[in-house]
Amino acid sequence: MGKVAVIQYPGSNCDLDALEILRDVVKVRTDLVWHKDLARDDYDAYVLPGGFSYGDYLRAGAIAATSPSLRIVKDAAEGGKPVLGICNGFQILVEAGLLPGAVLRNTTLRFVCTWTMLRVETTRTPFTSEAEKGELLSIPIAHNEGRYYLDKERIPELEGNEQIVFRYVNEKKETTEDANPNGSIDSIAGICNRDGNVMGLMPHPERASLPVLSPNNRTGGRVIFNSMTRTLHGPRA
Amino acid sequence: MTPGSYVVEVIVENKPLARDPEGETIHLNLILKGGYNQVTGVRAGKLLRMNVEAESPEEARVIVRKLSDDLRIYNPAAHTIQVRVIG
Repeated sequence: MGKVAVIQYPGSNCDLDALEILRDVVKVRTDLVWHKDLARDDYDAYVLPGGFSYGDYLRAGAIAATSPSLRIVKDAAEGGKPVLGICNGFQILVEAGLLPGAVLRNTTLRFVCTWTMLRVETTRTPFTSEAEKGELLSIPIAHNEGRYYLDKERIPELEGNEQIVFRYVNEKKETTEDANPNGSIDSIAGICNRDGNVMGLMPHPERASLPVLSPNNRTGGRVIFNSMTRTLHGPRA
Repeated sequence: MTPGSYVVEVIVENKPLARDPEGETIHLNLILKGGYNQVTGVRAGKLLRMNVEAESPEEARVIVRKLSDDLRIYNPAAHTIQVRVIG
């Protein structure tokens, strides 16, 4: 049985939602850990939640990325443990160098809070292993800095390594300008590291995991936590 | 070359190929709309002005350049910086 840490930074939000989904919905032992209290790699997986750590000063995630907790997370990631960054958690992982690229201000220059459709691009990560390639997930976003950026010439490399995990699409599963809510390059909503065990995404799966919290009972985010739990509990019997 | 306190500025901008929607909006919706057609482009960025104790202006610039790289004052994946001593 694995144990998960949800790491709390000053300004985190949806940390309690992630905790609830992990503990009470997908039933995995989970602690909420203040970032300064994370002294050792005592957990089997880490979740960096959303929010506005350190007021998003300098850049979203830039200051939290210097927290000593990131050293622990980095070691854990190098050891192959699953690490999930949601929204601000994604920005922190990018700023800490665990994931490539940058997350810039939305092209609309507005905070965007809406439901998006995501296409699962790979099932090789511990967070998508229970999904199907090409599957559509309906998961909301809420951010001002969500435009994923990487130099264009590096996109084929990311694609070739199967590091693009989710893309924003329309209901026909097509990437279009209208379906891309923040101007992310190549409609990228989530990526992973080369090994696949570190994943970050701008959408909030913990806000789409309990029917009672979602309009139309949408639970598109739950497969991410189910996959993570399955990974921690070992392969299916 | 006198030791003292220097003012050093760091200007952080998106790389030329990374779109800068703030600069584009200021250009299209303010400057061109206001009739200043001579302006052909605008890039918005961030300015950090630091007071630095150093032996010389060059040393002050080197310190700020180093801290900008070490502490990731900018994200090299998406940004460029200019470091300049202004006084």
